[in-house]
Amino acid sequence: MNFKTDRAKVLGLGSAKSGADHWFGERLKSVALIPLTIIFVLIIAPLIGSDHASVVASFENPLISISSILFFLVTFKHLEEGLQVVIEDYVHSKGILLFLIIFNKLFCWTFGLAAVFAILKITFAG
Amino acid sequence: MSKRVKGNRPLSPHLTIYRPQMSSISSILVRISGVSLALGFILVTSWLLAASTSIKYFDCINDMLTSWFGLIILTGSVWALCYHSLGGIRHLIWDMGFGFDLKTADRMGWIVILGSFVLTFVVIFYSGALS
Repeated sequence: MNFKTDRAKVLGLGSAKSGADHWFGERLKSVALIPLTIIFVLIIAPLIGSDHASVVASFENPLISISSILFFLVTFKHLEEGLQVVIEDYVHSKGILLFLIIFNKLFCWTFGLAAVFAILKITFAG
Repeated sequence: MSKRVKGNRPLSPHLTIYRPQMSSISSILVRISGVSLALGFILVTSWLLAASTSIKYFDCINDMLTSWFGLIILTGSVWALCYHSLGGIRHLIWDMGFGFDLKTADRMGWIVILGSFVLTFVVIFYSGALS
């Protein structure tokens, strides 16, 4: 038998636990992405369409490879969080919602890590 | 919770009843451009993976990206990136509590839309694709 009062049962069960952290983290990543995106576009835009040797040569510069890795990590985390908000807003069936949220995380982590792996491999192995 | 909300209760008026406004259209475009950027990043990641694998794979992806169809998708991705960045900055300004009056909100909407096209052109020009 539960002798707790109704008030004691719900105490601490409100929404105000980690929401503010989550919200702030999303904004923090957005702000970080402003300079990172500019740097990434400056690096990548001239490389698209150029030959294999010059792409490999650019990533030999540690500044370029590190800032690209940073960009991809923050971008795919930001993409994951953004897509999750969109999914939660428009999908109302619980099963599909769960499936899409898991799929979204899997997708973002896979591609994010693939990008980081590729950059590291180009940097170290050419 | 969703079970309790269902039933025959009236919905507050939203999309179907409001006239499209600068603030609503420019805001939903941030979302649409963000979601479509997922495709752009699949392409860039594949490009990097191919570059790390072999020259053969790289040439294959490179040919795809520089075909007319690839260039359309790349240009669209660049526009989406520019729009999402500018629109995102506008949302950050709103999050800090500024720019809520109609005139400023409208003006920021136009800056985001026109700015995204200007930035797209600047990036394409910088990339050397036009020369």
